[in-house]
Amino acid sequence: MDILGKHGVIERNATLLLTLSLVVVCIGGIVEVAPLFYFQNTIEKVEGMRPYTPLELAGRDIYIREGCYTCHSQMIRPFRDETERYGHYSLAAESMYDHPFQWGSKRTGPDLARVGGRYSDEWHVEHLSNPQALVPESIMPKYGFLADTPLDTRNVAASLKANAAVGVPYGEDAVANAERDLVAQATPDADTSGLLERYSNVRTEDFDGNPKRITEMDALVAYLQMLGTLVDFSTYDAEANYR
Amino acid sequence: MSDKHIDKLSGVETTGHEWDGIRELNNPLPRWWLWTFYGCIVFALGYTVVFPAWPMLSSATTGLLGYSSRADLDADLAAAKLAQGDRLEAVASTPVADILKDDGLARFARAGGQSLYKVYCSQCHGTGATGSAGYPNLNDDEWVWGGTIEQIYATITHGARSPTDADTHYNVMPNFGADGILGAEDIDRVAKQVASFSGIEGGAASPEGQQLFADNCASCHGDGGGGLVDAGGPSLNDQIWLYGGTLEAIRAQINQPRHGVMPAWGARLGDTAVKQLAVYVHGLGGGQ
Repeated sequence: MDILGKHGVIERNATLLLTLSLVVVCIGGIVEVAPLFYFQNTIEKVEGMRPYTPLELAGRDIYIREGCYTCHSQMIRPFRDETERYGHYSLAAESMYDHPFQWGSKRTGPDLARVGGRYSDEWHVEHLSNPQALVPESIMPKYGFLADTPLDTRNVAASLKANAAVGVPYGEDAVANAERDLVAQATPDADTSGLLERYSNVRTEDFDGNPKRITEMDALVAYLQMLGTLVDFSTYDAEANYR
Repeated sequence: MSDKHIDKLSGVETTGHEWDGIRELNNPLPRWWLWTFYGCIVFALGYTVVFPAWPMLSSATTGLLGYSSRADLDADLAAAKLAQGDRLEAVASTPVADILKDDGLARFARAGGQSLYKVYCSQCHGTGATGSAGYPNLNDDEWVWGGTIEQIYATITHGARSPTDADTHYNVMPNFGADGILGAEDIDRVAKQVASFSGIEGGAASPEGQQLFADNCASCHGDGGGGLVDAGGPSLNDQIWLYGGTLEAIRAQINQPRHGVMPAWGARLGDTAVKQLAVYVHGLGGGQ
């Protein structure tokens, strides 16, 4: 009997069939995924990337909670039509502190990978509250309640810690001052020296137009205004990072 | 495995599997199908040699063709630039006011500006540039920061109250009511005075209102509310209103003013793109 005839043994033994199937699938997975972890050129070398500030991280949690990713991707692909509409194509480096990343593969709304700085804070607040007031053809739902909901800051430090546990370089200092940094970023005329020391290229302002309290709107707009603005493309070597 | 078994009815060999007396015919695969299948496997192997594929020690093989999607994009962009010929270069090297003097160049810049406008400006100023509450209409001849081509160019480059540009247009209207600079009665008087400039319902000029306006408003909005471009004070004597042209809206704006913010586009889009935008916006109807 030739070796191919042996498959009768596997077919008659469910556990063996399952185990061997798993081995085959694993080989496929390992070949496709594992090299990306040890390749030295997976993540481009760039200047300017930093972990999210506590406020931005809280905004990112709201972004995920509200399911923004179901309509908005954060991944500009290297095609002319995309780069001319959204800006420079996304780099792996820009997602290196994302857990989980928000690349997405479906766009009902536009890509948001470089939405930061593209509109004013007021525009964002108005647009999130009533998208159709500014873009009549938009089908985006209204998120005005974010401006009425105070931001829950109790878990900010824990959130930073959890990110640090999976490799985001938050120092002890950043975790200890998480709540203070969060408040400082969204409060006009606050003492931001600590925040600015720990995080580079941070916008500190009253994002939601209501200086009296910090709302979920503050956090979400702070996050949106940062998106795609960190990498300094004047020092980025495109040809060295051709993939 | 059972012995070789031929199905009597069709004369075809069976697979030897049997389920309750039912046997499966073992018809061979069509030859063309089989060879296509083998061909695909050979093609796939060749593909992995020609294109990036195999994981090695520090990176993946780059493939014989040296293909890269990012290099592809750069080639695409270079080709697009080439197709636009030297006109893009000409826009880049010509001062923005001189572009208007060259008909062909202005037409080219305007077309590019129109595309850019749709992508970057329409979300605030509207697809027809008609603006909306808080976002200026760009078709009319009233300009907060000036309507000459140079002024429009400067406004697009540096924005207005942009937090990311040191040279941005900047002014702040005082919180006359919220900060207690004027009492409620005075605010009412000056609001009526302002409303009277353009005949808004409820407006009424008064000597006190006139004095209040001269003391508090005229330095930015000009005598009689004619507006001062240098100070970024919009004119108040016409029917064009950023935050509403009712007595109520005027009173609210004096009490606790709203301020528009426009991003600085120079650093983001580059000088050539901003020039094209300026030419387009200038040509919408109100350019001076």
